[in-house]
Amino acid sequence: MSDQSPVLPTAVIELLDAALVGELTVIDETGTPVTYPLIPLSDGNLVYLTSSVLFSRKLRHIKANPKVCLSLTDPVAVAVEPFHRATIQGDARVIEDDPHEGWESLLPLWRAKEPAIDFFLKKRFGIPLFFERSVIEITPRRVLWWEDGRASEPARVYELAGVS
Amino acid sequence: MARLDVADALSRAGTYPHAVLAYVGRDGYPVNIAVDFTPAAHGATVEIGAVDEGLRPDDGQEVELTFSHIRPQPGVGYDERRYVNLWGPATRTGEGLRVAVRRASGWDEADTPFFEYAERGVPAGRSYLDELGAKPRLSRLWTVFLATRLPFLTATLIPVGLGGVVAARDGAFHAQWFVLALVAAVAVHLGLNMANDLFDDANGADAANVTPTPFSGGSRVLQYGLVSRRAMVTGCVALYALSIGLGLFLAAERGWGLLAIGAVGVALSLAYSAPPLRLVHRGLGEPVTALGFGPVMAVGTYFASAGHWSWQPVLASLPVAVLIALVLYVNQIPDRAGDAAAGKRTLIVRLTPAQVQAGYAAGVAAAYACIVAEVAAGVTPVWTLLALGTFPLARRVWDGLRAHYGDPYGLMPAMQSNILLHLLTGLLLVTGYVIAVVS
Repeated sequence: MSDQSPVLPTAVIELLDAALVGELTVIDETGTPVTYPLIPLSDGNLVYLTSSVLFSRKLRHIKANPKVCLSLTDPVAVAVEPFHRATIQGDARVIEDDPHEGWESLLPLWRAKEPAIDFFLKKRFGIPLFFERSVIEITPRRVLWWEDGRASEPARVYELAGVS
Repeated sequence: MARLDVADALSRAGTYPHAVLAYVGRDGYPVNIAVDFTPAAHGATVEIGAVDEGLRPDDGQEVELTFSHIRPQPGVGYDERRYVNLWGPATRTGEGLRVAVRRASGWDEADTPFFEYAERGVPAGRSYLDELGAKPRLSRLWTVFLATRLPFLTATLIPVGLGGVVAARDGAFHAQWFVLALVAAVAVHLGLNMANDLFDDANGADAANVTPTPFSGGSRVLQYGLVSRRAMVTGCVALYALSIGLGLFLAAERGWGLLAIGAVGVALSLAYSAPPLRLVHRGLGEPVTALGFGPVMAVGTYFASAGHWSWQPVLASLPVAVLIALVLYVNQIPDRAGDAAAGKRTLIVRLTPAQVQAGYAAGVAAAYACIVAEVAAGVTPVWTLLALGTFPLARRVWDGLRAHYGDPYGLMPAMQSNILLHLLTGLLLVTGYVIAVVS
């Protein structure tokens, strides 16, 4: 089943908003998938993640190959009722003009999921490099959607023509 | 993520309730989907349950399995972070797949605490920032605060304070000379802290230390790229110059005997970590610290204030000399692996945990025995016995050493209590002198 959708479906946005962790898969220099659990953030149009420069390997992979996907699949980390699952495929770009403060525009979205981030940000002097961060911006191209969360069944596929 | 042994990774994977299968689709985009799984009892394979035909990788295709766990903490975020990645070729088995695992990686914060995990990423992070042409930064105030390790000034304030109150008891306290002596002592201490960071950076001890804490492992400003070596050297030289300049002025004004005391202080501070002596590398850091932050600072302050030498400040400072040596002693425990790797054979590196703990108990007992003996001998005021009231703090440190010796982050409350032990014992000794002076 495949649908054309100009933007991310509302149910997917709700899933993104609820997810404490999603699994970001990037492709390394050998063509092998590598997956990183990260906090997914969304403004309802694009998907954002942030990465400290301390853990920069994924950033290098994305710069070399921007094709990525993000799954929202863990019932514990994505506490929605009824439970759904989604995988978002898209093109990523790394935004790092100002690793010191540029990512802070995402703080309100991050804070909503991990309020403790403010405590750690106040202690920034203790782990300064952790707060030198790049933003991963994903433009979704396709969404695989499992209404009942059973990913062994065929997914509903949304081709996202209008997201930019 | 760190490389894991495949058997270990499979064993860990079996404890997760949830897995994600990832592979690269024919359109070049990666695909990842939730799957049911069963690690094989024998052999390095994982059986994957039914996968929709439209989403199955090709037979023999390289795939990745990711097992991830968090524990949500409403109002906070989450904890208990861990994950395992497995890679290998997948073969089709009916509706499912069998993955022959060839390599694995992962992270479990129960094994590698987040702060250690982050610290291990520092070289890569620095390199990445260099490529971006960016530098990490903090406010100037925080940078100075970190680079000089300002909070450790209590180690100087206590012996200087004791030198001042002993002079007051002798009727020889002069505020202006005391303040100048205090500034000189503060300058040499901050200069010493910066010198110590420079030498520990040069010999690799701080870089090898992946479990620094707020109390140990140096300021890290060089490792994090917050301050250049050149700026650090400049700051260090400026502080030593200020201290030496003030020392010369005080010696000219108050007596040339002060020059000898100052020279000993500066020499000890440099010999502590500078080649060729590098006394801390030889297991002599504790006696050097005791001498420098005990009798030398106390008698130097006394001499500057009173204008003459006395044994009184030497004796008065002995308990805090022992306690400040114990601060160094305990703070070196989390550093021991990095120190040993860099050939910095501190006392902690040389001793077994049981010996270190026994040494701590002996040191504390000696400090308290000194306080009592000096009162009994009529050397110090009876009111200095107030300092015995800090014993519960010493007990807390002792308990912490026994419970968390191998856990740098678990040891932090004990390190904090140990610093407080020195500070409060010193303040109560000062208070005892003040009461004796005013009563």
